[in-house]
Amino acid sequence: MSFVFLIFLPVLAALFVPLLFKNLRQIHTGWFVLLVPVILFIYYATLLPTTAEGGQLVSSFQWIPSLDIAIVSYIDGLSLLFSLLITGIGALVVLYSIFYLDKSREQLHNFYVYLMMFMTAMLGVVQSDHLISLYLFWELTSISSFLLIGYWYTRDRSRFGALKSMMITVFGGLMMLGGFVLLSIMGNTYSIRELIAQAPDLASHSFFTWALILVLLGAFTKSAQFPFYIWLPDAMEAPTPVSAYLHSATMVKAGLYLVARFTPIFAVSGTWMWLVAGVGLFTMFWGSFFALKQKDLKAILAFSTVSQLGLIMSLLGASAAGFHIEDASHTVFKYAAFAAIFHLINHATFKGSLFMVAGIVDHETGTRDIRKLGGLMSLMPITFTIAMIGSFSMAGLPPFNGFLSKEMFLTAMISLTEFDFFSMDVWGLLFPILAWIGSVFTFIYSFFFVFHTFAGKHKPDLLPKKAHEAPIGMLVSPAFLALLVLVIFFIPNQVGDWLIKPAVVAIQPFLYVAPADVDIHVSAWHGVNPEFWMTLGIFLIGGLLFWTLRKWQRAYDRFPDNLTLNRLYDNFMYLSEGGANRFSALYMTGFIRSYLVYMFGFLVVIVLSTLFLTNAFVIRTDNLTPIGFYELVVLLALVAGTITILIAKSRLIAIIALGAVGYSVALFFVIFRAPDLALTQLVIETISVALFLLAFYHLPKNSKTVERLGFKLGNAVIALGVGVTMTLVALSAHSQKVLPSISEFYKETVYSEAGGGNIVNVILVDYRGFDTLFEIAVLGIAGIAIITMIKLRLSRKVGQHENK
Amino acid sequence: MEIIMSVAIGFLFMAAVYLILSKSLIRIIIGTGLLSHGAHLLILTMGGLGGTAPPVVADGVQITDYVDPLPQALILTAIVISFAVTSFFLVLAYRAYQELGTDDMNLMRGIEDRD
Repeated sequence: MSFVFLIFLPVLAALFVPLLFKNLRQIHTGWFVLLVPVILFIYYATLLPTTAEGGQLVSSFQWIPSLDIAIVSYIDGLSLLFSLLITGIGALVVLYSIFYLDKSREQLHNFYVYLMMFMTAMLGVVQSDHLISLYLFWELTSISSFLLIGYWYTRDRSRFGALKSMMITVFGGLMMLGGFVLLSIMGNTYSIRELIAQAPDLASHSFFTWALILVLLGAFTKSAQFPFYIWLPDAMEAPTPVSAYLHSATMVKAGLYLVARFTPIFAVSGTWMWLVAGVGLFTMFWGSFFALKQKDLKAILAFSTVSQLGLIMSLLGASAAGFHIEDASHTVFKYAAFAAIFHLINHATFKGSLFMVAGIVDHETGTRDIRKLGGLMSLMPITFTIAMIGSFSMAGLPPFNGFLSKEMFLTAMISLTEFDFFSMDVWGLLFPILAWIGSVFTFIYSFFFVFHTFAGKHKPDLLPKKAHEAPIGMLVSPAFLALLVLVIFFIPNQVGDWLIKPAVVAIQPFLYVAPADVDIHVSAWHGVNPEFWMTLGIFLIGGLLFWTLRKWQRAYDRFPDNLTLNRLYDNFMYLSEGGANRFSALYMTGFIRSYLVYMFGFLVVIVLSTLFLTNAFVIRTDNLTPIGFYELVVLLALVAGTITILIAKSRLIAIIALGAVGYSVALFFVIFRAPDLALTQLVIETISVALFLLAFYHLPKNSKTVERLGFKLGNAVIALGVGVTMTLVALSAHSQKVLPSISEFYKETVYSEAGGGNIVNVILVDYRGFDTLFEIAVLGIAGIAIITMIKLRLSRKVGQHENK
Repeated sequence: MEIIMSVAIGFLFMAAVYLILSKSLIRIIIGTGLLSHGAHLLILTMGGLGGTAPPVVADGVQITDYVDPLPQALILTAIVISFAVTSFFLVLAYRAYQELGTDDMNLMRGIEDRD
């Protein structure tokens, strides 16, 4: 079976969702949808034994073979782990949403269609081996996330949050596309596997650093790293199942996936290690620090997600260090990738359950404001238990899985100080310090989240609803996740063997060949070492700070609002819009004169610069005809007529002078032996002057007297420029005739072939009769248009402009 | 002769552009008239001003003595087309006077849509 098509199963199923929603109103549509992730999860679980032994599965679908574009599903340890997370948590979220969203009040068909779209997109991202299809699915996650955040589209905040996340993630996605294109040019292939195989050659390419930075921009925007994390807290306007699924367990991990997947290519570079580890760690500190400022349960969780993603990101950065050490399997860096994947799994479990808890609290009390909540412990005992397990795991307490991965995180960060590449020996000490401070704040906000919601005094008068325990169906998913949190603590090595080690091989193929080579054994007790003291310090200092939280939490309010990144984003959006507006108002004056000045100005600049930069200006004097007396006389008349037009006081004189110019042109035609032209020119000039006089006669009275054309220097300069340009172009064109005229043919054959004597007329009607046909058409159209313009009078409607 | 004609054509273009940049509608149309005169003369000059006989077959004239007929045919077409366009413009200007009561281009800016 070609499992590449399984990626599209959710979106195909989504086609039936509106049908089911419209026709089977009595059954919640979610029950049908639930089948899809469950089936997929079971299928992907059957692939586990293959990857656990280090095997890979490839299935491809040729999409545009002539451009070498295909959708390739490549399943190894890393993509299988993500696929299981996506389908597994997806199933739990769908189950949760069945109880969270009301079937009679909500537009479920929209919701589940978007959600299924997202699931396809996410599976595509993690399984794609082809760069272009990876980008395609990547943008599909942005779009479906946009739709899901804006699900309650009648609310302003939803639309704002959706737009903001769209702007930031699509910006990153486009940058990433640039990086992908560079990569495919460097390696001459779109396949990630083939790129990894030629990784050492890529590193010396001049595009390498550009590709690295562009791909990282994509990863950082999607995974909400500093300073791009600002979209994530605003995305909390989405329904809670969406927040739990997209914005904690899956989509925000797409960036982590990208970093992990590209580590074998980019890890050779110090820039990569510094950026991934440094930005990740700073994000971890920043997110945990500002989580305590939040008043909204989901905002706390959003900042905590930002912080935890930063933690995983920094571990992935540290795993790149293994690339630079000979015999790395004997050093501590082998922990980093393991710890990253381990924490990724743990985070998906506990953060998913915490979001669902926040949704339950919101659903059962009507508010998510932590200042109004409190004392729910006795009213909602099951929810409290789940929240406690999730929070304690997040804080890194035993016996929960967060403890294990946090220990490994500290180990990896401490070992970074021993790394002596890339000036790590100077700045390396910052890593464990930031990691420790971040962990302390993580500890505090985890406790803040659970105890300020469930402990303390109950304030029933502040709550919109009377608080009570949630229905059992809503509790199933978070309870299951909480159970996993516990279970993973006790069987970390089984999880490691089945899920983590195959993924580690995909991240660090330079260290390990098969999953069995990863000789890491997780144990809860490491003995007394620096990590132990650091953890102890986290518990003590964190506990102390939490105890005194009320006293110092107000300090957060002192932070100036206009220095935040959100304000920066708002100002940037406002300025770019207003700036673009002001810029176009600057040159779009509405005066036709301005536009003509632009056009003539550019014409002069472009033609003159081309003429002189390419040395095209040449004057030859050997092909000239002699100057004649009559020509000079007519020329004098023409120039005199033109000057009269320019200085004429009244328009009447200008019109008559134009006639004089026209007749001099006719005289030129006579002198230069063009009888037909002279005839036509005389007739047409007469008619034109008559028409001009007609238009002149109908001029409004009030402007008849103000006639004199005032001298304007700017206009004169432009006009002089155009005149000089034309003269120069004419001179050099005449001096550089490359080929003889084709007219010899006309002259020779005019009588023998066409049977005529007047060569011009024969050309017009015989040799080039088509020109004449359409010239007649032009004249006809002009005549019809003139009649229409004079005859057609549509009554004017008053005030029809919609803008008024 | 061609050099003198080139300068004269440049002069015609200059005058035409100067008129087109003015704000009176009728002067703009006069400018386009000058512009087409300049263009027609340019075509004629670029075809070469040599030749001693008009392009009409006559006895006793060498083939090389005829003036080049092709530019003349092109100009003839161009004259008719520019006449059609000019007459259309003039009637358009005439209608604009009738409807708007002005021939000042600066007053014909359409609807102000900026706040």
